[in-house]
Amino acid sequence: MTSSLFITAVISPLAGFLCAGLLGRIIGDSFAKFISILGMTLSMVCACIVTWQFFANHMDSEVVHFMEWINAGNVHINWNLKLDSLSVAMLTMVVSISLLIHIYSIGYMFHDTMPTYRFFAYLSLFTFSMIALITSNNLVQLFFGWEGVGLCSYLLIGYWYTRPAAITAAIKAFVINRIADLFFLVGISLLFIVTGSVFYSDIFHKLPDIASIHYYLMGFDFKIYEFIAFLLFIGAMGKSAQLFFHVWLPDAMEGPTPVSALIHAATMVTAGVFLMVRMSPLIELAPYTKIFIVIIGAVTALFAGTVALTQSDIKKSIAYSTCSQLGYMFVAVGVGTYQIAIFHLTTHAFFKALLFLGAGSVIVALHDEQNMFKMGGLFKKLPITCILMWIGCLALGGIFPFAGYWSKDAIFEAVWLNHSTLGYFAWGILLFTAFLTSLYSWRMLFLVFHGKPKKQEIYDYAKEAPFSMSLPMIFLGVASVIGGILLFPYYIGSQQNIFWGNSLINETDNLHMAIVHHTPLLIAKMPLILGILGIILAYLCYSVNPKIPSFLANSLSGLYRFLLNAWYFDKFYNVIFVRPYAALSQALWKIGEKEIIQEIPVILANFTNRSAKGISWVQNGSFALYAFTMAIGLVVIIAAFLIYQ
Amino acid sequence: MNIFDTVGVASYIIVSGILFTIGLFGVFANRKNLIVILMSIELMLLSANLNLIAFSSTFGNLTGQIMVMFSLTVAAAETAIGLAIIMVFYRNRRSVEVQDTMVMKG
Repeated sequence: MTSSLFITAVISPLAGFLCAGLLGRIIGDSFAKFISILGMTLSMVCACIVTWQFFANHMDSEVVHFMEWINAGNVHINWNLKLDSLSVAMLTMVVSISLLIHIYSIGYMFHDTMPTYRFFAYLSLFTFSMIALITSNNLVQLFFGWEGVGLCSYLLIGYWYTRPAAITAAIKAFVINRIADLFFLVGISLLFIVTGSVFYSDIFHKLPDIASIHYYLMGFDFKIYEFIAFLLFIGAMGKSAQLFFHVWLPDAMEGPTPVSALIHAATMVTAGVFLMVRMSPLIELAPYTKIFIVIIGAVTALFAGTVALTQSDIKKSIAYSTCSQLGYMFVAVGVGTYQIAIFHLTTHAFFKALLFLGAGSVIVALHDEQNMFKMGGLFKKLPITCILMWIGCLALGGIFPFAGYWSKDAIFEAVWLNHSTLGYFAWGILLFTAFLTSLYSWRMLFLVFHGKPKKQEIYDYAKEAPFSMSLPMIFLGVASVIGGILLFPYYIGSQQNIFWGNSLINETDNLHMAIVHHTPLLIAKMPLILGILGIILAYLCYSVNPKIPSFLANSLSGLYRFLLNAWYFDKFYNVIFVRPYAALSQALWKIGEKEIIQEIPVILANFTNRSAKGISWVQNGSFALYAFTMAIGLVVIIAAFLIYQ
Repeated sequence: MNIFDTVGVASYIIVSGILFTIGLFGVFANRKNLIVILMSIELMLLSANLNLIAFSSTFGNLTGQIMVMFSLTVAAAETAIGLAIIMVFYRNRRSVEVQDTMVMKG
């Protein structure tokens, strides 16, 4: 019963995609939308029932046989699904948020001139890919979902394919993910070579046996665990837009806003964190990689937080905020508290989806205006959106008792309790980032909703979003308020051992989860204090005296431009990767293709032509001469035959 | 008494070689007349027939002589066709001069 519901939850988005995508032209736009939303609803209902049954009956994790995939000779590959706490918890979150975003898209895409069944089909496929990734019981199936997610992000970011910026952003996202995927694939292959299997259960079972394998790199001696974990982490960095691989994320804002919400909340970027959590038994054995994960996570959080301060585009500001929050999640992974990472992932999904949908609502109300500096005073025009955005920002800023408070606070405590130089370093960076988070969130709120309207004609035109858009936002708003306190006991509180079962592994000497709520009071309250300080500063700068930011930008113009250009990462990559590659392509095209490959047939044709003209005098028409030549030839051949016989 | 016992096969081959060479040169050294070319070809065929007869007689094997009977018949038919072609050529061009046959120039 549970397993068949579980299977239904997994395949109904796929069914929705197939119906809407393949038959959309025939059955009509509205019906295709209906089918795809129906598929998602079915999936959500099934996922909720499965979750309830799973936890109410205290079921063990099991492998659900779905169908035979390949059955040829000795090769038997099944499509099996893993049913355990982690996959069930993620599944419910992903399909719920995806369903809300599907409903929201009805209103958001209403004014689109193209038929939108394609959009809904892609959304369903995106969700299905993510579910396939979550419910896989082996790494190859996970990789299938992983690539599917990458493909759908490409299709959806470039959905408005008549815009050049959307096309380039889509290609950028695809290529950068592909680079990281290469590392991921090598990691899977290495794991297969040393353990002989790609199934989680086999891999985790065999992990102790391969402890003796050491690899040497530049004179250092590393265990095999470090290499595999490192390669998998690089794959996760690409998908989760961590530092060096983050450049696709802000550009991905070219897609429609529901896509941004889906990418940032439920699917795509959370896949990296999920992979790390799923592979927790392996990560636990790789202490150096964990240090690396903490450093990358913390630096990404700081980087994205600083860049978000200077962005003028409302969606880009939120996008950098996602990048920053993903850094938090990776820090939680790096200190070995996977439960907290998933907890923050879930709460973040609620409030980030809310923020993006709110931003989408503002954009629709203002007729595709995304520049925050042209907005202002929209509180009176868009009261519902404004209140919901406030809730989203309160949750993002980690203010008590909103959802973000519980998860973010737990990350701070876990990092502090690491009691190492690294832990204090990461704690300091994250603390400063928490301050920045509040600052840029309330900067956005004050610029968009408060103060005086900057452009009167935009302001006059604005009106509140339709019901189909505000309803999902209200649901997400409720989740952002109570989600944290509701899920807290199960994810990381008193019920955590029962909740997670054996789906996550913490090493026996990793006691973070047990002692996580025993930090000193002042330390525990620091993130909240700094968050509130950030709000106060944003209030002073953007509401009380709006001259302060421009004064700062002018007096620190170097720093300002550094942040505005996102630490010059794009320019840097442009110089070291894009331009040499473009020059190489140009050279191969101009010299290799045009001058060598295309010239060879021309040269051959010219040679044949000229040589034919040269020897055509032989054909002079005198058959006496032909006969003579024949006779001479005969004599020569016979003579040669006689001589060499 | 076989005449080949006294003369020997070598003399016949020499005569046949001379005849063949005359025929050959008749084909490509002749600048005048297509009829002459036809005659030269016939001459070459006859020299080959002479060889056949000579060897047939030497080895005491009649096959060669029977072969000659056949080839003479074929040669007669061939000559008739050749003459017919020349007749048609003459009707078209009013000439059987070799110089007038340069239509095959490339």
